[in-house]
Amino acid sequence: MTSIADVEPPPRHGLGRRLSTFFVRHSHLRLAALLALPLGWLLVIYLGSLFLLLLASFWSIGGILGTDIVHSWNLDNYKTLFQEPVYRNVAFRTISMAALVTIADAVLAFPIAYYMARVASPHTRNLLVVAVLTPLWASYLVKAYSWRTILGEEGVLNWLLAPFGLSGPGYSQTGLWLAFTYLWLPFMILPIYAGLERIPGSLLEASADLGGKSLRTFWKVTLPLAFPAVVAGSIFTFSLTLGDYILPGLISNEQFIGTVIYNDRGSNLPVAAAFAMVPIAVMTVYLWGAKRLGAFENL
Amino acid sequence: MTESRTARIFLRLGAGATLAFIYFPLVVIAIYAFNENISQTWPIEHYTTKWFSVAWNNPDVRDALLLSVKAALGATAIALVLGMLAGLAVSRSRFFGRETISFLVILPIALPGIITGLALQATILNVLDPIGISFSIWTIVIGHATFCIVVLYNNAVARMRRVSEHLDEASMDLGADSWQTFRFVTFPQLRTALLAGALLAFALSFDEVVVTIFTSGAQQTLPIWIFTNFARPRELPVVNVVALFVIVASIIPVWIAQRLAGGSGLTSERPTPRSVAAVIDAEP
Amino acid sequence: MIGRNVRVVRWAAFGLLVGALSVVAAGCGGGGSSSSSASTQIEGLGSSLDEIKANAKNEGQVNLVIWAGYADKSWADTFRQQTGCVVHTKDGASSDDMVDLMSTGAYDGVSASGDATLRLIAKGDVAPVNFDLIPNYADVYEGLKGRSYNTVDGVGYGVPHGRGPNLMVWSNKAISPDSDSWAPIWPGTDYKGKLSIYDNQIFIADAALYLKATQPDLNITNPYELDDDQFNAAIDLLKQQRPNIGEYWDGVTYAKQVTSFKSGEAVVGTTWPYQVNLMKAEKPPLDVTAKVPKEGTTGWSDTWMIASKAAHPNCMYLWMNYIISPEANAKVAEYFGEAPSNSKACAFTANKNHCADYYADVESYWSKIYFWNTPQADCGDDRGDVCKTYEDWRSAWTELRG
Repeated sequence: MTSIADVEPPPRHGLGRRLSTFFVRHSHLRLAALLALPLGWLLVIYLGSLFLLLLASFWSIGGILGTDIVHSWNLDNYKTLFQEPVYRNVAFRTISMAALVTIADAVLAFPIAYYMARVASPHTRNLLVVAVLTPLWASYLVKAYSWRTILGEEGVLNWLLAPFGLSGPGYSQTGLWLAFTYLWLPFMILPIYAGLERIPGSLLEASADLGGKSLRTFWKVTLPLAFPAVVAGSIFTFSLTLGDYILPGLISNEQFIGTVIYNDRGSNLPVAAAFAMVPIAVMTVYLWGAKRLGAFENL
Repeated sequence: MTESRTARIFLRLGAGATLAFIYFPLVVIAIYAFNENISQTWPIEHYTTKWFSVAWNNPDVRDALLLSVKAALGATAIALVLGMLAGLAVSRSRFFGRETISFLVILPIALPGIITGLALQATILNVLDPIGISFSIWTIVIGHATFCIVVLYNNAVARMRRVSEHLDEASMDLGADSWQTFRFVTFPQLRTALLAGALLAFALSFDEVVVTIFTSGAQQTLPIWIFTNFARPRELPVVNVVALFVIVASIIPVWIAQRLAGGSGLTSERPTPRSVAAVIDAEP
Repeated sequence: MIGRNVRVVRWAAFGLLVGALSVVAAGCGGGGSSSSSASTQIEGLGSSLDEIKANAKNEGQVNLVIWAGYADKSWADTFRQQTGCVVHTKDGASSDDMVDLMSTGAYDGVSASGDATLRLIAKGDVAPVNFDLIPNYADVYEGLKGRSYNTVDGVGYGVPHGRGPNLMVWSNKAISPDSDSWAPIWPGTDYKGKLSIYDNQIFIADAALYLKATQPDLNITNPYELDDDQFNAAIDLLKQQRPNIGEYWDGVTYAKQVTSFKSGEAVVGTTWPYQVNLMKAEKPPLDVTAKVPKEGTTGWSDTWMIASKAAHPNCMYLWMNYIISPEANAKVAEYFGEAPSNSKACAFTANKNHCADYYADVESYWSKIYFWNTPQADCGDDRGDVCKTYEDWRSAWTELRG
């Protein structure tokens, strides 16, 4: 590898030097050049696609068999969303589940994240990070289907609880909540861990010096400082639950936002697109709130 | 350490319980990989290893694995370039739209996959297909790269926050032009953060299924192969084996990423002796 | 300094937005359905059998959307050995799912039921078939040729795969094996939480069929041609049934019905013969009965259709010819549990009584099975255009599911 000492500055009038000087002098153009590719990609490919979806939500289906997509602008789909109670119910059910899953994940994630960040030795910490990260790779689908087996009537959970005279939740909303909580847990542990790690130990020591016992320090110092990290993790748990359609199909009989969109996408894309605006709106508001709470620094 | 003893015991127990909760279903999957019976009842009656050879000899599995690896590499490469460029732009300039860029970059991963997938599929069918880009590895890569950008972007921004601007200026004062400064000063400091981010992006792309369903057409990445087959009673044992393989095989890159980033593992926020030395001594 | 940066970024963003919008505008223009061309010509398709066989070797694969079990390895592997085409399949959850998958243009063919075929044809996603290039078509039962669900204006759009009835299945511990009525799955009986029902709006037809037998004053003649009163009655019946449903299953999640019956979580429901075969194949076999109740039943008559933009049309033609060949048709008919479409297949079934058991040749039997069809506004009788459309059915089902 070339050592810096051996590198020659490029010739004063070479192309490379001239371009480089140009960009240093016009730093705003340098900024534009740096941003062109990523911004272009996101705007054209991603926002453009979302915009197409938005447009489709103002269209309707036509033809004898309903197979044409008629580009006539109307608000019928949105009227349907407001008038039919099913859409409200499904949205409410999904958002509530997302909130409950987020809370459960935050509660479950905090102890292990705290342990990893502040109590464990560096060696244990490395092991734990690997241990927490590895399940991320374990294929969401297989984990989802394994929960179907676990929650079944003759599944592992009932088998474990039987000696205590209890039985598992089975294929109910509770079972679904349990499965969701499980699936997204690593996404909550990691940001909280990173956030807790950033808290200077001196702050906690100062709090102890001032007479704060463990619980009080935790409540008054640690938790507020770690809160943005919790919000950062919640972005994932909330949004992943909000749009999921595979797990509800496996474990519950209720429709969720994802299942309705998925089922209607072929026969009536405009309505599916309109309903898709609901999670987009919800997540946009959520992200804006998360940004205000400082979560973006903690991703 | 400021935590009381009871607090530490409680934390240790909590951590242990959470770990057990995390690994319990994985252990169940691992056990089922050795289940001889096709139907997944509990407890298991007979154990066998025959499904491992069946899985290995299945051409669809091998093809799916190869496609997943190729797509993940392509997506990671694109996300690396785009995320790094955006990260450099945001961390070295003050401009009004900074927060919007962060928002825009995180949107693909924050919005539910079905929406991203549906939107991208509409684009592929209405815009890309007419100009000749039909469902192929490239449509998969486009989808994955879009939501992987944020991982690289965040790592780049976080690392650049620790790198002083003055180093760039010093380098240029010493006669280097922008490319040399980037190559010898900026990039070496970014390297480990980008590598850790790349590994995470690879993981995200490798395991992704929802967006891929919409962007892959008839092709099968490994998660799609699993999705197509885990509901088929006769294929379930092979699916369990594949799942076990993926879990075990992934420990290696995760461990490497952890060693590279040092400290906090993902965002490399905490200054480690290595990153501090990198700042002082810009030698590659 | 800051000001210039802001302006530059703003201009850049504006420029990119214009670019994005023009991309979108291009997308807008391309939307809508393409008119269906009545040509059997598909790009890349050979014009003679020999050409097709040669081209197929170059293509090397065929991508199919199928009902579960239609392309099992045991005959798909034989197909690959004979033609060099590897068979890749995707199970369709429902006809809606199949129509949507075919609209992506990524698949070469589909085994479509009557509630998918007409929509596929209308969208132009499938092409007519040149029966001269499918030698085995000659042996297909006459009763399956030229049907309204796969022939439009005299143009045939696919080859018949086979046909079968949707069955009622129950656990013998809960209901006597001699029972012969759909009543247990409808309101008024005591199986709350134990019903296993097909998860698609086409199930409304089953409700209408039950009402046809139990409420004759509704004058339901065809469960797919429902006017307002008939439709609302069917929906009411389904609403009353909803709280009793224990699980929904579809073409992808059918296996959960088998485990539910095994564990006793479900004791009665609708099913396909495929799941019944799976239940009987369990060790020990499940103690269930499956039959067509006296009120009649819906069913399916599936057609293999080729995508108009198929990437591997030659392999697809060879597949269509192969799947209706006597040996393969016999295998799939037994594996899934349906009546074959090829009259010569009856000699090749392992169970020599298979064709008799499944009424393969008895047209009068099939006239009482209401194959899945596409509801349209035109009732097809003197009521005119007052019947509920497919979209009405879909939105009613979404609301029903809750």
